[in-house]
Amino acid sequence: MQFDQLLQYTLSGLSTGAIYALIGIGFSIIYNATGIINFAQGEFVMLGGMLTLFFLETLKLPLWAAIPCAVAASTAAGMLFERLAIRPLRRPTPINLVIITIGGSILIRGLAMLLWGKDTHSIPSFSGDDPIAVGGATILPQHLWIMGITLLIVAANKFYFYHTISGKAMRACSYNRRAAGLVGIDVRRMVLFSFIISSAMGSVAGIIVAPLTMTAYDVGVMLGLKGFCAAIIGGMSSGGATVVGGLLLGVLESLGAGLISSGYKDAIAFIVLLLILFVRPQGLFGKAQSERV
Amino acid sequence: MRIRVISSLIVLGSLIVATAALAAAPIKIGALFAVTGPASFLGEPERNSAKMVVDEINAAGGVKGHKLELVVYDTSGDATKAVQLATRLIKDDKVLAIIGPSTTGESMAVIPVAEKDHIPLISCSAGIKITEPVKRWVFKTAQNDTLAVGRIYQQLQKQRVRRVSILTVSDGFGSSGREQLKAQAARFGITVVSDDTYGPKDTDMTAQLTRIRGIKPDAIICWGTNPGPAVIARNARQLGLKIPLYMSHGVSSRKFIELAGDAAEGIRIPSGKVLVAGLLPKSDPQKKSLMTFVKDYQRHYHAEGDHFAGHAWDAVMLLKGAIERGGNSAATIRDQLEKTRQFHGIGGTFTYSAHDHAGLGKDAFVLVEVKGRDWVIVK
Repeated sequence: MQFDQLLQYTLSGLSTGAIYALIGIGFSIIYNATGIINFAQGEFVMLGGMLTLFFLETLKLPLWAAIPCAVAASTAAGMLFERLAIRPLRRPTPINLVIITIGGSILIRGLAMLLWGKDTHSIPSFSGDDPIAVGGATILPQHLWIMGITLLIVAANKFYFYHTISGKAMRACSYNRRAAGLVGIDVRRMVLFSFIISSAMGSVAGIIVAPLTMTAYDVGVMLGLKGFCAAIIGGMSSGGATVVGGLLLGVLESLGAGLISSGYKDAIAFIVLLLILFVRPQGLFGKAQSERV
Repeated sequence: MRIRVISSLIVLGSLIVATAALAAAPIKIGALFAVTGPASFLGEPERNSAKMVVDEINAAGGVKGHKLELVVYDTSGDATKAVQLATRLIKDDKVLAIIGPSTTGESMAVIPVAEKDHIPLISCSAGIKITEPVKRWVFKTAQNDTLAVGRIYQQLQKQRVRRVSILTVSDGFGSSGREQLKAQAARFGITVVSDDTYGPKDTDMTAQLTRIRGIKPDAIICWGTNPGPAVIARNARQLGLKIPLYMSHGVSSRKFIELAGDAAEGIRIPSGKVLVAGLLPKSDPQKKSLMTFVKDYQRHYHAEGDHFAGHAWDAVMLLKGAIERGGNSAATIRDQLEKTRQFHGIGGTFTYSAHDHAGLGKDAFVLVEVKGRDWVIVK
């Protein structure tokens, strides 16, 4: 095994993993604020890419303007989703909510298909396509963008959750909703916030990968699942653990495809998911929760 | 007085009915396409071009005075649904022939229905199993994968390439290509030195390509439909691979160049002639059909008519030919279809016989290469 091959697998894995991490954090934020898994998370990733394309091609905006517009529009979609589908529910049991998010994801995907058709589209890279050599391996400038933006968002998240009032309130909701309500935190508003943050993050993920992976109405399904795996490995934490989970998943996939067989690439992701759920349901780094009676 | 008015109305009415019956009854043709669902990239253009060509035939007065009536159903790529709809076409709509379905899986499921009810079926899918062994009522217009693989290997043999790596998508199209690539290699003196796959929704194939780079083959053959091959082209450029890259007819459209951008340069594929219709020499027997088809499709749908759309065009035109030669029932249409000789269509030049219901030869494919963001014919 040559060193530069190994390096290439690792680098490819890290850059794919960064995306999984970003999507995974979106899952955990909503999970922590509401206790539900938002299976529509992948669709916001798709919306990010497709809306950027829409602003670029149909409204002829330059790339730097199209991206914020796309993030704003997908965030609005996330808000609308929470308002119309999550909040009105009279008896919000987790199973009802999960099924609603699955329904929502099918609806969003269907609308996107009707609006923009079934074709795959490409978006221009942010800064060219000339490969950069790292040791014996190569990466694209877009990979640097992906890693950089992921880092930035994770740092911003950390700041928000630990150093702002509303971030702290959201954490309070995640520990104990009722107690948070009792001390005067508007839990429903926090739920709305969590949808806003995670749909914005999902769309950013969708935008920064689109130049590499291209985008279509149905890209959200697989990316969403992989992001979900990352969140599970990270024990549904909205910080570093999920990032590590995503990176780990990306590297495992890439090493698996390179060293064992490419046929098992997706299998590896799901075997890891199952193993974690069986052996360490609290996540790779989490402490087992003890129920106090 | 009143009675006279009524009776004259009755006479008038029966006269109208009689004349309508005298003007030849329309000939009903059924069509099953996967207009929605995962195979919609096949079904949608197929439906478009079938409708287009039927409208045009009718505008020109129909076939021997009979108008054609096309009944299209959407199978959404589902074999069970395709069988139900085929039965409906035969029992309720009483069609004389069926065009489609779009995918090999659906075609295989519908074949027993057509065989049992004695209705000619012209499938638009590529699987070799559809017409091999020959089934009495089943024909097809899409080129076999065998021919596409053969066309690539023929070129490789000419360039004395011996070691190839293959990278195929893990769906029906890819696995059929993979089988053919492995089965035919020996006949051209070629060894498949590595065999990798990727998922239809995968977004990064650098791992597979890095592995292949380590093996150092003389050529890479990638078998898939968009967007996978475009991702592979971009990944290959990122890794700086200098190994010649061949792909399948699954990406034979301008869309591929649009998706892969500069990374598409130099990639070669076997393609139906429709992709390079304008570049063909005047002597090419298909040139006339191809140019008509491309222009009509552009005019009707403001889109590029691809070879998938061509499969349905060929199917309708083959039926038209059979009816012109005297086919007026399911059985006679079938007999006349089998007598098709040298029909220059979109997919190639069709000659059916009792032993061959696929009808195409090696000349159905040309090898094309991306140069300056466009397809050119490899000499």
